Amino acid sequence: MSDQAPPSAPSEPTKSAAGKDPSERVPAMQRLLDNPFLLLFLGVTMPTVFYIIWGIMELAQIPIAPQ
Amino acid sequence: MSVSTAEGALVGHDEKYRTCLDTGLKVYAKTETLIKVNAVAAVLFLAVGGLFGVLVALTRWPGVHLLPADLFYLVLTAHGAAVLLFWIIFFEVAILYFASSILLNCRLATPHFAWLGFLLMVGGSLLATVAVLQGESSVMFTSYVPMQAAPHFYLGLILFAVGALLACCVFFGTLVIAKEEQTYEGSVPLVTFGAITAAIIAVFTIASGAIILIPTFLWSIGYIAEIDTVTYKLVWWGMGHSSQQINVSAHVAVWYCIAALVLGAKPLSEKVSRTAFLLYILFLQLACAHHMLVEPGISSEWKVFNTSYALYLAVLGSLIHGMSIPGAVEAAQRRRGFTKGIFGWLRQAPWGNPAFSGFALSVVLFGFLGGISGVVLGTEQINILMHNTLYVPGHFHATVVAGTTLAFMAISYLVVPLIFQRDLVFKTIAKWQPYVFAIGVGGTSLFMMGAGTLGISRRHWDITFSDASLTFDVPGTAFLMLGLNGIFGLLAGVGGLMYILVIVGSILFGKRRDAEAVKANPIVAGGEAVSTYGSEGTLKLPGTITLVAVFFTAFVLYYFINWKFLSEVWPLS
Repeated sequence: MSDQAPPSAPSEPTKSAAGKDPSERVPAMQRLLDNPFLLLFLGVTMPTVFYIIWGIMELAQIPIAPQ
Repeated sequence: MSVSTAEGALVGHDEKYRTCLDTGLKVYAKTETLIKVNAVAAVLFLAVGGLFGVLVALTRWPGVHLLPADLFYLVLTAHGAAVLLFWIIFFEVAILYFASSILLNCRLATPHFAWLGFLLMVGGSLLATVAVLQGESSVMFTSYVPMQAAPHFYLGLILFAVGALLACCVFFGTLVIAKEEQTYEGSVPLVTFGAITAAIIAVFTIASGAIILIPTFLWSIGYIAEIDTVTYKLVWWGMGHSSQQINVSAHVAVWYCIAALVLGAKPLSEKVSRTAFLLYILFLQLACAHHMLVEPGISSEWKVFNTSYALYLAVLGSLIHGMSIPGAVEAAQRRRGFTKGIFGWLRQAPWGNPAFSGFALSVVLFGFLGGISGVVLGTEQINILMHNTLYVPGHFHATVVAGTTLAFMAISYLVVPLIFQRDLVFKTIAKWQPYVFAIGVGGTSLFMMGAGTLGISRRHWDITFSDASLTFDVPGTAFLMLGLNGIFGLLAGVGGLMYILVIVGSILFGKRRDAEAVKANPIVAGGEAVSTYGSEGTLKLPGTITLVAVFFTAFVLYYFINWKFLSEVWPLS
């Protein structure tokens, strides 16, 4: 992962202010960190699956007490 | 892409802005107004909720025992809602708007929706507070079923949550606008990334709240016959605990922001700090499960995965921030010439500046008291020692009050001059306020944890259970702890009052901060550091490494002392 921001300014076609070549491939980790909506998906999915859904499955398996 | 003109308006959007004389950042008028109203609403709820908190502390003090039982439960419920939800989330909305529109140099998305969100939050919070004060909704912050509150209590919370969700949507929309209009290059600033983390956790929090509070509201008006108690507890904590994880993300972002503004400090490594926030996004919310650790019928796999394996990854994120933030301060101070010895940079730090002292005390108290106790509570085996005791409020007063509230108080001392454009009044009171509040709230956290370790129940008005058929022999030390909790609670109340006095006084009567005042009394060293991408890029930090070693020693000792306690509770021989 690069320690510098990826370039995006169209006014500087060859180099960004961060001094990176725009054609340089942005590392996958940085693409993830720069995508707030992918992060939003992950941040909602993880606790929904591991905490809520798995938890409710656990509760659903508790036998009901006899009347 | 819109073009900014010299007159301070965006062509095509008719958005007025000013350039901040201190930071050089563009401040859009609509954003500024929304930050102001959310911050003011937050401070009003802090004042009310703080007063209720002092009453709770005085009732828990056995020698005073101020309130009768029914009023105690009412006040405790009002205290929880006002400060754990309303104060914190109003302030966090202000932070979201600051971290998006101002730091990304762009207009706010759909300001009308932002206002609608604000009005829903105000209406909802007032409705819920009125329901509690009417006396029919003393169900505690947790509002566990089958206890039933008045319908407008649940409705108020739902409206408040919808308003907060709208604020999150406005925040994400502003990120899209900034990207589309290319108002920044490359990655967003780290403070904005921290705010993104808080907003993501907020979306899960609000969704969990909706899943459980809407059926509970329908149950309260008779449309649903029954709510399963354990399912309620599971889903409710998806909201109740995650709302405190929003705080952690937001106050860590605030720590980076204060260090950057006051000292020009940059993170040690942008990518490491962002990875730490990513660990929060993925794992921090799973800590909700520690509230379910003694529920029978739930497997150890679920409990241990959520509270240990996954939680420890989130703790790793906090440990990274815990080194990165003091490290950034040390690196900035050394760059500024304070290089004498291991701790010369710390001695020469601006301890008389309440923004800095509040930030530093917040980091220390959150880490030592809140962080370490959180890991202990999150370990299934040793959690049993203090589950549902007063230790739990002790822990979250260390995280939410000593950590989040103190950090928000600290940044208020920058918000008033930078956003309200007023100089602080009562400067001597402002200088001492973070210390008074920190000592008070540090004491209450510590003594509540001490009393909890001795077995004091977390919610009960009568800790001696004097009318119970099975009596509980309360150790004398627990009474001492609760008395000390009352004294330090009063001190925290004084610290809170000092804060209200300075902030409200400055907004109403502070001198207008014009160019001359900025020149005569500069308060910002690093306007650029907070809004741009960049790392300190050094690990020559002997002071920070020493402090981290002290922290780890305390952490390991306290963690294993609790295993020793456990062995005495349940001897294996």
